[in-house]
Amino acid sequence: MASVFEYAPAPESRSIADIAPSYGLFIDGEFTEAADGKVFKTVSPSTEEVLSEVAQAGEADVDRAVKAARKAFDTWSALPGSERAKYLFRIARIIQERSRELAVLETLDNGKPIRETRDADLPLVAAHFFYYAGWADKLDHAGFGADPRPLGVAGQVIPWNFPLLMLAWKIAPALATGNTVVLKPAETTPLSALFFADICRQAGLPKGVVNILPGYGDAGASLVAHPDVNKVAFTGSTAVGKQIARTVAGTRKKLTLELGGKGANIVFDDAPIDQAVEGIVNGIFFNQGQVCCAGSRLLVQESIQEELLESLKRRLSTLRLGDPMDKNTDIGAINSEEQLSRITTLVERGEAEGAERWSPACELPESGYWFAPTLFTNVTQAHTIARDEIFGPVLSVLTFRTPDEAVAKANNTPYGLSAGIWTEKGSRILAVANKLRAGVIWSNTFNKFDPTSPFGGYKESGFGREGGRHGLEAYLDV
Amino acid sequence: MSDTRLSVFKTYKLYVGGKFPRSESGRVYEVTDKKGNWLANVPLSSRKDARDAVVAARKAFGGWSGATAYNRGQVLYRVAEMLEGRKEQFVREVAESEGLSKAKAAAVVDAAIDRWVWYAGWTDKIAQVVGGGNPVAGPFFNLSSPEPTGVVVVLAPQESSFLGLVSVIAPVIATGNTAVVVASERAPLPALSLGEVLATSDLPGGVVNVLSGRTAEIATPLAAHQDVNAIDLAGAGTDDGLAKELEIAAADNLKRVLRPQPVDEVDWAATPGTDRMTAFLETKTVWHPTGALGASGSSY
Repeated sequence: MASVFEYAPAPESRSIADIAPSYGLFIDGEFTEAADGKVFKTVSPSTEEVLSEVAQAGEADVDRAVKAARKAFDTWSALPGSERAKYLFRIARIIQERSRELAVLETLDNGKPIRETRDADLPLVAAHFFYYAGWADKLDHAGFGADPRPLGVAGQVIPWNFPLLMLAWKIAPALATGNTVVLKPAETTPLSALFFADICRQAGLPKGVVNILPGYGDAGASLVAHPDVNKVAFTGSTAVGKQIARTVAGTRKKLTLELGGKGANIVFDDAPIDQAVEGIVNGIFFNQGQVCCAGSRLLVQESIQEELLESLKRRLSTLRLGDPMDKNTDIGAINSEEQLSRITTLVERGEAEGAERWSPACELPESGYWFAPTLFTNVTQAHTIARDEIFGPVLSVLTFRTPDEAVAKANNTPYGLSAGIWTEKGSRILAVANKLRAGVIWSNTFNKFDPTSPFGGYKESGFGREGGRHGLEAYLDV
Repeated sequence: MSDTRLSVFKTYKLYVGGKFPRSESGRVYEVTDKKGNWLANVPLSSRKDARDAVVAARKAFGGWSGATAYNRGQVLYRVAEMLEGRKEQFVREVAESEGLSKAKAAAVVDAAIDRWVWYAGWTDKIAQVVGGGNPVAGPFFNLSSPEPTGVVVVLAPQESSFLGLVSVIAPVIATGNTAVVVASERAPLPALSLGEVLATSDLPGGVVNVLSGRTAEIATPLAAHQDVNAIDLAGAGTDDGLAKELEIAAADNLKRVLRPQPVDEVDWAATPGTDRMTAFLETKTVWHPTGALGASGSSY
């Protein structure tokens, strides 16, 4: 369908983010080459343009970084909480000052729309540091007994879908509680973490408290297995999460995992359709659906299926896919060629298994990695697309007749990260929320995040919570 | 006359799904006191017994986790009441099992009864202590509440056959989980007798299931079981062997794992913290828009 409104291009200026041709590892307060001299290229997924060449950490670098973090731990953990707090407040403020630059950088490296990095990622990143800064000198009052102690060196491995936000979720509580960190960003999105290293320098953070090691899965595996790491925090796929759980078995390392999901978004027949449609769209097309808590299964009550789908399709036809730097863009690029091929494979599987595929008319740019918003109907619970996490802009629509059936279908997954409920009936919201086996329930809303709100999964979506008072526990010896 | 009367032995049986089966394998093993004197033949549970126990625990989970916290508290208190009435039996079993004097065994049993009372009082308080509203920066009501993890396998401590046992079972079920308990391998009698107490304490069948046998033999399939949500390794030993193997098996479906504490750090008589409850709780956070009542009209 032809666009109702034509928009002129409104690109954000990319010049505000000054990307150097090459970056090193950040160890003990210095940028340094990898021990074996290896580098890798990071590209902009919307254009395939090489943005920079980044040092690739290996086992020797992991060891060096862990040693630096260990050395820094004694002094850092002995600082009065109020002093650690001030460093974190400084970091939060510098992030706010540089947030436009960081939003542009993140959009270039990740491919997500500037509207999202500007309005969601960056405000949340700054808020997360600000929130945990305030905890640093109040840990006695956090409900873990008097004088809870930090664990030591935290090894943290984060994904590419919210590079800087995931960094904030990991580093802010770790530092507030007195730990030092070695963090490995994802290989496709190393840049914002390296810019964060510079922010640590501007904030005067003592050397070795934060170490950043861009690299691949092997560096992550070395970090997790390093004998002098006391705490492992990982966000990523369930398969890798299980491997990490096996690696730390038998050690005293504390582990928290934030893994995959297959969130159910349940729409009852009395739901406000227009609001629900906005919530469904936000639930699965925010960040191109590359969100662990995405509402990737739409469970719609049978009696309103037609009306809802019609409305949803109309809304999808107005989504604007294209240049992520354009302020009007709704759907940006898929993060990598590898992810695009995973999405493509699963979608083909969906068709082969008999589900009905639909996408709005949508022109994809010629270069870069793109996938049109996609909707599957005639989906059963046995279909791969209803069971596997696709991590892309693909929504599977299933139906139900009774609330019990909705709950049973929603819970029929090894995952348990998020779920959504749409109904005007309060008692139904509370009853259904109570029965859903998921860590975050959004009722009449979706994909809302806040530093004060604990986030994390049930079952194979992982364990431990990030955010809020609960998030402190992962980094304390309690 | 009475001093020549032949006593009646008890057949020690498993406690699964509210019933008292023998091991389906038909196997038993000898339990002795500290000096090696025979006390009883007890069931040597098989992996099939373990699977049956998981089925029973899963079946009981909906009802028990859905019971009110007040109700769970009363049931736990009822366990203390029932134990109080059978104290003598437990003092004897603990004294024999652990080689304690009557007086010391009595102190242990008293402490175990008091522990049930302690946890009975926790059932309707833990949610307020670990949950609560979150002040999010937006027009949302946002509430975090603890929920039980599900079916928890509990490897009971090997040495403290009764106080240690109660100290690991009570926190698991206080919050609404159901449990499959593997009794102390050497000293299972207090655990098997506890099953008889639980059966008469208004505790729904299947909420606690007690198995006796070789810890390693039963724990291995339980740690790998895909319908078990968590495992407490208290009785797995702290060496590099069994506990590590079980933790690796548990990773297959990402069970919550409570690792064994070094033995010398465990003082079962000390007042516990909340750790054994929180280890088997999930946090669920629910959001809802709040709307606004403004001068320009309401939007709620």
